[in-house]
This record gives sequence, structure tokens and C-alpha cells, in this order.
Amino acid sequence: MSKHHVTTTINGEPMEYLCEAQQTMLDVLRDELGLTGSKEGCSSGDCGACTIIVDGDIVCSCLMLGVEAEGRAVTTIEGVANGDQLHPVQQKFLEHAALQCGFCTPGFIVAAKALLDSNLNPTEEETRYWLAGNLCRCTGYDKIIRAVLDAAEEMRAEAGR
Amino acid sequence: MTSSSEGLKVVGTRPVRPDGVDKVIGRANFGADMVMPGMLWGKMKRSPHAHARIKSINAAKALALPGVKAVVTAADFPDIASEEAFMGEGPMNFRDLSRNCMAKDKALYDGHAVAAVAATSASIAEEALDLIEVEYEVLPHVIDVEAAMADNAPLLHDDLFTQGVEPKPTKPSNIAKKIGFNKGDIAAGFAAAEIIIERRYTTQPVHQGYIEPHACVVAVAPDGQCTIWSSSQGHFMVRAYCAKLLGTEIANIRAMPAEIGGGFGGKTLVYLEPVALALSKKAGRPIKMVMSREEVFRGTGPTSGGVVEVKLGAKKDGHIVAAQLALKYQAGAFPGSPVGPGCMCGFAMYDIPNVAITGYDVVSNRPKVAAYRAPGAPISSFGVESCVDELARELKIDPLRLREMNAAKDGTKTAHGPTFVNIGYLQTVEAAKNHPHMKAKLGPNQGRGIASGFWFNIGGESSAACHINEDGTATIVEGSPDIGGSRASMAMMAAEALGISYERVRPVIGDTSSVGFTFLTGGSRVTFATGMAVTQAAEKVVVELKRRAAMIWDISPEAVEWKDGMAFPAGQNAGNFDPLSLADIALKSGRTGGPISAEVSINAQGAGPGFATHICDVEVDPETGHVKILRYTAIQDVGRAIHPSYVEGQIQGGVAQGIGWALNEEYVYDKNGRLDNPGFLDYRMPVCSDMPMIEPVMVEVPNPRHPFGAKGVGEVPIVPPMAAVANAIADAVGTRMRDLPMSPPKLRAALDEQNPPRMAAE
Repeated sequence: MSKHHVTTTINGEPMEYLCEAQQTMLDVLRDELGLTGSKEGCSSGDCGACTIIVDGDIVCSCLMLGVEAEGRAVTTIEGVANGDQLHPVQQKFLEHAALQCGFCTPGFIVAAKALLDSNLNPTEEETRYWLAGNLCRCTGYDKIIRAVLDAAEEMRAEAGR
Repeated sequence: MTSSSEGLKVVGTRPVRPDGVDKVIGRANFGADMVMPGMLWGKMKRSPHAHARIKSINAAKALALPGVKAVVTAADFPDIASEEAFMGEGPMNFRDLSRNCMAKDKALYDGHAVAAVAATSASIAEEALDLIEVEYEVLPHVIDVEAAMADNAPLLHDDLFTQGVEPKPTKPSNIAKKIGFNKGDIAAGFAAAEIIIERRYTTQPVHQGYIEPHACVVAVAPDGQCTIWSSSQGHFMVRAYCAKLLGTEIANIRAMPAEIGGGFGGKTLVYLEPVALALSKKAGRPIKMVMSREEVFRGTGPTSGGVVEVKLGAKKDGHIVAAQLALKYQAGAFPGSPVGPGCMCGFAMYDIPNVAITGYDVVSNRPKVAAYRAPGAPISSFGVESCVDELARELKIDPLRLREMNAAKDGTKTAHGPTFVNIGYLQTVEAAKNHPHMKAKLGPNQGRGIASGFWFNIGGESSAACHINEDGTATIVEGSPDIGGSRASMAMMAAEALGISYERVRPVIGDTSSVGFTFLTGGSRVTFATGMAVTQAAEKVVVELKRRAAMIWDISPEAVEWKDGMAFPAGQNAGNFDPLSLADIALKSGRTGGPISAEVSINAQGAGPGFATHICDVEVDPETGHVKILRYTAIQDVGRAIHPSYVEGQIQGGVAQGIGWALNEEYVYDKNGRLDNPGFLDYRMPVCSDMPMIEPVMVEVPNPRHPFGAKGVGEVPIVPPMAAVANAIADAVGTRMRDLPMSPPKLRAALDEQNPPRMAAE
């Protein structure tokens, strides 16, 4: 199997890699680039544990081929914090105990960041429907929703400054 | 050790967990995140037949594929005699475990592993699977539990004879065993009843649904030393099971606990590790094996489905005088369903003088069941709590009042033997009665359901070490994989005992070579048993710290007090010395006798059982049969909440799983016994938009046998929801659903039966 050469930007850094045609973006992130923060839960786009942002939209990286990243801007969980400065969503997840095993957490955080990038004042219902593509089996979602709404409130206050 | 809530400085607060930052930035290492230099990829070949004899396996073509380094089958594992071992959450037979990991002679379910291959890339390994030639003789199969019990059912094991029946059977059966529990005189009980109701309920197998598929990376060195990195609910269990299945000594294996992405009981046994070790031994290289989601559904244990037959006899005033329960639970391909706990939990909330319980453990051509959060109890409770509700409606007595009248209390003797002490069931019922949820108004097609639940909770063996570092910080090493935030509670209990701040205590989960034996993370035992070991280790350290202070002051150790992390002379006569902090003493430890450390290994006894009462409001859409959960309140006796946020989290998570079990989750098999829905699209678990906020109410009736009064909390919350939802549906639209899941097509069919639709006009 000959490999394809891909040039892309991941978390603001220019990156190049070789990958097989059938390797998904998730495979590339985890096995070629050592970015294991995105998780594989189902490989069929149903659990959201592999959520990344591509050119501003949330995408299940298991449903995208590694070659499709050519020329695009990709954000993974590893790019959400700013150095050791956590994103408000990450900080609120910790404060609200919105994670138990933590496996679904990267996917939720990326998806929630994308929500708040587009809408700083979501209702509880809007938040629940936006995050309906991210499965969590541990928390029952209650503390996750509270964390996201609290992060939104903090970010609104910051923006208002 | 005091367990009064006044004076506690750390226990009961809500600090950020020590592993939290790693988990929100994606740095935490789970089973599939590990790499070892030179590693190969392992993949499993699985039977496409529900029941078949394996005539031959030919791997020649696979081995000839460039990049393939090894193939293993059952021939590469030692023969193991049938041997029971209580190592997991429920019965475990090592021979059956070995045959479940790698089929021997017969494939017993669609997805049963029959061979495995190791290759230099995942795609080559996949290709090699297709080149392994397996010759099957397909046999008739049986899926359903009552069909498997029938006389003419296809038999899975010709050496399985029903235990627990007299005279001993001579013909093999799919019924592995029959068990019973009795109290009083059931016939007399029913004779004295003024009302008797008898109902039949059924549930379907459901999967634990952890988002992280099973994964491991292992290496076997030429001298036989094995290293296992895997996510499990017990690395000591992984070590012991692998030693047994591979025929090697336990000391030859070092098992490391990866972070684990959910288990709920489904990771209290092994599937991949023994096979990966066999591949590693053959190939001479490390092996990485990760299951796909499809493999998780086809090849790993769901919990049982079952038939639950309940008969209740009561007086008109609501006192239950006789209760009978018959359970038929599916074990999957090998014996070992949780029918025992199912039997024991069914009536445990109630003080009933005459009880008769029978249970059957039945095999059929489905994946071998594994533990799932309070194994067995949600199934029997669905039946019992629905039936109690039906009784309440017949008698026109409020369901909470009926439970209050019949509630188990301290001194109640259970049907399965023990007498309750320090329990909080009645307190949960009282809290439910007084909760504002009970006063919330309900609209059209809306209804409210009540249900209660019980789970034993266990103690067991745990080890923990407390090491004082040179700067006065402390490291706690314990052996319980953290599936829900427990390591935070360990640090909190140690900090409380040492009298220092939580931030100066760092908890670590040690591998099997770095900490003493610890039983697995399950049975709601970690905060109780490992917490006890951690606290005892910290207390031993405090004794030593006082001794060192005494040495520094040249007084007797009895004259030293320890308070808020400092040593004080005890009163005027002891001497006029400035207090010594833990850090002061730590700095001098080399000169006062050496490192300050203590390790404790215990077998914790006296775990307090869990009780819960839940209130559920639903709205039924009569057109679609869809059930929306409007509001949910879960009241539970938690003993003492060490870290309240994580206790709330356990309650909320268990409720969500129970709701999925109630409304949507089930396995769909085709006529060949193959699974039609091995993925999250069609195996429908609750998502964000399905759920409301879940209000957890923690009642605290402390368990005096734990240093801080803690009781296990993780399992009880999944026990009441199915009946709570069914009772709410009955309240909403008058339809009694007795077969799970209560999915839209089934609800629609039940509503049609209740109100037959008018025929369309011609």
C-alpha cells in the first residue's frame, strides 16, 4: 500500500504526514502524529469521542479520511487550552465534576468550544441538542450541561468587559 | 477515629480531582493510548455463527502474508480443568473464561473469538484475518431464555448438568443451576392474604455501554516476564486471570492500570490480554489489541435478560404478608448469570414474613454475560417494584405510603440471611414524601412513578501506602483503578487523617508490583474498603510522626498530640515546646530513624448496603409512543459523602443507564442468531437531549464501620429507574408495560390495544 503525503495545519502548527488511503483522520492523529487525546469509541460517527474542528465545523474524525485534511485547519483537544491556560469550558468541567472516567471528555470539550465559538448564550435545550452527538455513559449529562452553561456565562462576562 | 461531620476539614468538600487537568486536555493515557517500541497489531477472528463445531483452522495463508508474525488459536492455551474462583463480581470459572477468550471445539455465539493474528500494521492484520480458514459445522442455536430451558432446545454444553435439583439429572441441559431462598411459610402467608396479585415481567440483555472499547498493550520477554498495560477494573484480577489462562506464575506478570474509559462491571474480567500475551510470546514482540465497537457488542458481556414472575399477597390495609419471586436469567454462552444477587435483592427493601424465591441460571447462544452495575438487581427490581405499584393501585394506597408501611429497618432479617443494621431505607422514603417534586403539577399524558432499590455493597481486600516526602507532602499509593473520581476521595481521606491540606497529598494508583494486593474496583467498594486502607495507613503515619516529635523533644510519645497537621506537647506538664509541623518532622526524618511510611493491607468488613427511592415524571406522546423524561429525583442513603460531587455523579450516571435500559436498549438478533445492531446508532443509549437534569438527594445515615461513615454508592442508582419509568407511564396513560424496553413501537402497540383505533372511513 503506497502512502499519501498530506500538508495541513493542526492546532495552529503546520504539519505534514504520510498516510494510507483508507486511514481515517482519527487513525492519523492517534497513530501517526501521537495526538492521542481524540478517542475512538465507535468508528461509525455515533459517539463523538473523536470530535475535532475542521475549518470551523465540528467533525467526527473517524468519518473523515486522513487525506481530507490537505490544506485545511484542524483543531483537536490538544489545541483547546492556551499553553497552561485552560479554556473556560475545561475549567468549568473540573469545577462542576463534569467528568467521571474522562474518556468522552475531549470530544465534549471540543464540541462545546465550537458551540460557544458560535453562540455565547445558548439555552439548556440548545446546548443539549448541540451536544447530542457526544455520548457519555458515566455522568447522565447533568454536570456536563451545567459546566457548559457556566462557561458560557463566564465568557459572556469576559466579552462584556 | 471520629466520624462526626463537625470538625471535618476536607471530607465533604468538593476539590478539583488530581487527574482532572490531564483528562480535560487529552493527556491522560487510556488503554489504547500506549505504544511500546517494536509493537505489532493484534486482531481477533470471530465466529459468524451463533452455534457451530470448529472442525479445523488453517492459518497457512495468513502466515504467508508479508507482515504477519504470529497466529494463535485455542491450541496455544493450556487445557484448564473446570475451577471456580471468586475473583470477580460474580461467579467465575477459569475453564469457561479461557474458552470465552478463545473458542475451543465449539463457537458458542456470533462474535466468539476463534483465532488471533499479529502483524506489523492494523490493515495487514485485518487482511490476514480473512486468510485464516475455519471449517465450521453449523449447529441449531437458541437465543431466548425460555426457549433454551425447553426440553428439545439445542444444547450448548454436553457436560452441563443442572445443579440444585434432586434427584441429580442424568441428561445435560442449558439450565446450569437452580437456586432458592426461603423465609417463613409461603403457603400460610398466601392463605392469610386478603388480596393476591401475580404478574410476569421480562427484560432484555443490555450492554454496559462504556465508551472506551477494550484495549491492551502487552509484552512477553524471552525469559517469560510479562508486562500488561490495559484498562480494567482490577489489574490484580488481570494479572491473576492471565497467569491462570497462560499457565504461568503470578510473579511473572506485571499489570499496569491504564486510565479506564468506563467499565460498570464489564471490565471486571479479561478478553484481550491473554490472547495478546499468547501472540506476544509467539511473535517475540509487544502486541497492541484494541476492540472495535462492533466487537464490543458481539464479543463482550452484556448483562442478562430475564423473566421475572412476581406474586404478592397483602392485607387490605397494605401490609404485605407473602411474596414469591421466580427468576429465569440468561447467562449467555457459559454459566454465571447474576441470578443469585437478583434473587437476594428483589424484596430486600421490605420486611415481609413469608418469602419464597427461585432462580434459574440458563445458557444460550449469546455472548457470556458480565457484571453490570448491581448485577441482577435491576432486573428483579423491575418486576417487584412494578408489582408493588400494581398492588398499590389495586388497594388505592399511595405508593410511598405502601413502601413506608412495609419498609425494612434496623433489625429486619433478610430472606438471604443477614440482619440489617444502620440502614437508611425509610429515610429515603420519608425524604421522597417531603420532596417538592411530589407536589409538582402534572399535565395531560404526564404521570409520576415511584420505585425503590437495594444493593449489598461489598468490602474486601485492599492495600494502600502512605509515604511522607522530605518536604512534608504525602504520596498515597493505592491499588484501585479509578473509574469515577475515587482517587480524589483517597487523597481527601488521607489529608483529613494527616491534618494537612488536600493539595499536599498526591494519590497514585500503583501497578501490581508497586502496591499490595487489591481486589477489583466494583461492588461499590473503593471508597469503603480502599478508603479504609488509606485512612489506616495515614493514621499509622500519624502515630510515627508523634513518635518522631517525642524523640526530637526528648519526651514520651504519649505526651504528644497531633492536630491540624502539627505535633503539640499534650498539656503543660509535657514541656514548653513550639509545635512541629509535618514538614518540620519530615525534614528531620533521616536523623530520627529514617523514611516515614506505612503500608496497610486489609480485608474490609462491615460494608453498609445502599438503599434508594426514586421519583420519575414522564410525558407519553400517544401518537408516537415516545416517552420523555420530564423530571427525575433520586434519593439515596450514601452513609457519608466524602466528595459530594462524585457521589452525585454516581447517582446521576446510574439513573441515566437505568432510563436507557427502560426505554430503548436491546439486542436485535436475526434468524441465524447474528446480531443486527452492534453499534451505537441502533443500540440506542440516552443522549444529552433525551435527559433532563437529574436531582440527586443524599441522605446520610453513617456506617460506623468506616472511618468517615461512608457507604458504597455507585450501584444502587441503577436499580429503581426501570420500574420508576414503567410506573410513571402507567400513571400517565393507564398502560402497564411489563416487557422491556418500553420503546415507541411497543408503547404504540400497547396503546392501540387499550384504545383500538377506529378503522379509516371507506
